[in-house]
Amino acid sequence: MSAILTIARRELAEGMRNRWVVSMTVVMAALAGAIAALGSAPTGSTATGALDVVVVGLASLTIFLVPLIALLLSHDSITREAERGTLLLLLSHPLARWQVVAGKFLGQLAILTLATVIGFGCAAVFVIWGHGAEGWQAFVYMTAASILLGAVFLGLGVLASSLVQESSTAAGIAIGLWLFLVALYDMALLAALVARGGHAVPGALMDLALLANPTDAYRLLTLGEGASAMLSGMGGVYDNSHLTPALLVAALLAWCLLPLALAMTAFSRRNL
Amino acid sequence: MSDADATVVLDNVCKIYAGRRVVSDLSYALHPGQVVALVGHNGAGKTTQIKMMLGLTRPDGGRLSVLGADPGHGRGARRALGYLPESVQFHLAFTGRETLAFYARLKGLPASGHDALFARVGLAEAADRAVRTYSKGMRQRLGLAQALLGSPRLLLLDEPTSGLDPALRRELYGIVADLARQGATVLLSSHALTELEGHAERVIVINRGRKIADGTLDELRALAGLPSRLNCVLDGAPQLVELSQSEKPAVLRGLLDRGATRITLEDPSLDDIYAHFLKREAA
Repeated sequence: MSAILTIARRELAEGMRNRWVVSMTVVMAALAGAIAALGSAPTGSTATGALDVVVVGLASLTIFLVPLIALLLSHDSITREAERGTLLLLLSHPLARWQVVAGKFLGQLAILTLATVIGFGCAAVFVIWGHGAEGWQAFVYMTAASILLGAVFLGLGVLASSLVQESSTAAGIAIGLWLFLVALYDMALLAALVARGGHAVPGALMDLALLANPTDAYRLLTLGEGASAMLSGMGGVYDNSHLTPALLVAALLAWCLLPLALAMTAFSRRNL
Repeated sequence: MSDADATVVLDNVCKIYAGRRVVSDLSYALHPGQVVALVGHNGAGKTTQIKMMLGLTRPDGGRLSVLGADPGHGRGARRALGYLPESVQFHLAFTGRETLAFYARLKGLPASGHDALFARVGLAEAADRAVRTYSKGMRQRLGLAQALLGSPRLLLLDEPTSGLDPALRRELYGIVADLARQGATVLLSSHALTELEGHAERVIVINRGRKIADGTLDELRALAGLPSRLNCVLDGAPQLVELSQSEKPAVLRGLLDRGATRITLEDPSLDDIYAHFLKREAA
């Protein structure tokens, strides 16, 4: 365990040293702040809390931004060490290779959590200061779900990094993953629905399609219930599915742990 | 010495990379207190052997034991092992002290209190500067400090002197000798025999993954049986004689009796011996 924590601390320290943490926090805070300022501007009276409005905006932003940041952080975890020439020395120490993968992942998760909590926290403080704290539960819930979504893409990035020899290849895979899961998948799903010409898709099939993409699971998890469901229009999808929040969280956890386990296996088998 | 007290034992070890035999049928044992040099061209299989000892890559045949364990399984043995990779690299943004603390923690040692180690490798002044500002020699010193963490029983140094200036080279061999005196086994790889004179008690010459010679430098000299070259002026005419070790005393005495002048005697250099072994192998 201590080897994992040593690697994790090192990863976090590296993130601090090369300004990753600071720049990511600033980006998150700036975008979250902008959404908070626009979203909570009084435009007539609403029955919902100002934070609820912000949650919908932020969740939509998170779906694009957090996976991107997570992949940027993690896609070169292993290849960077190899290219820098420090991998052999690292592995000559008394630690197993899966511990390197686990440590890197934990360190990156700490960086992502810091950036998300501080970035979103700034926006929340701004809104609460102006409009009161109504709807704060949904905000906390959304922040936690965003970190979970980030963890999924950290796992995918680490997997890409442990499968290939070069960072540039891993970066290509990461971009492909992002494009597919964040943009193309939903378009394809929409196209399929349209192609069926109004015939209802079996509920179970639709549920499966939503679970098969972590960003959809996240979207449903944060926007499916409560005040944000009404605001985002995700309520309709949610009401027609059998997916419970627990099931969605489980799907996201599986999406996080499976690539991580694969990355550990792939890296352990690699001949150096 | 028997294999029972050996720190490293290779028994018919083979390694194949992409259909090419990088190491084939290699057998030798290393014992505590010995400084052993692995000599061979680039690509002779030296680094592959060290990687196998570290458990980073597995042999395709034969048996390999390091500190009483199979390096492929279990990493307990690595705790008592120091490794300096060829042209060692570190993360540039951290200081020397932070770097050493990181590797100390990985070895299960306290993160601080390694000032004596910095002093030993001559980095006491630079310990709190970022590695970015280090010269190649200083990085090598930091690499050595890292390898010395926790007083290892086995030290694997991959081309430790490449790119070092002569003063630093001598210092490094001094540290290595100290460690061997304390009972550590030191294996260092090199591509030049010459610089090992007086530093390595045993030399294993490797060519294309095979062991082609093994012994002390004196033994290698005798094994090669290369003649010494004697130049002199006898009766006004320059003479060149090639002599073996055993002929030397008699021939010299005879020449002196006949009044030879300007005598120079040139023993075969280590590079000649090395070249001889390689040539013999190629034939």
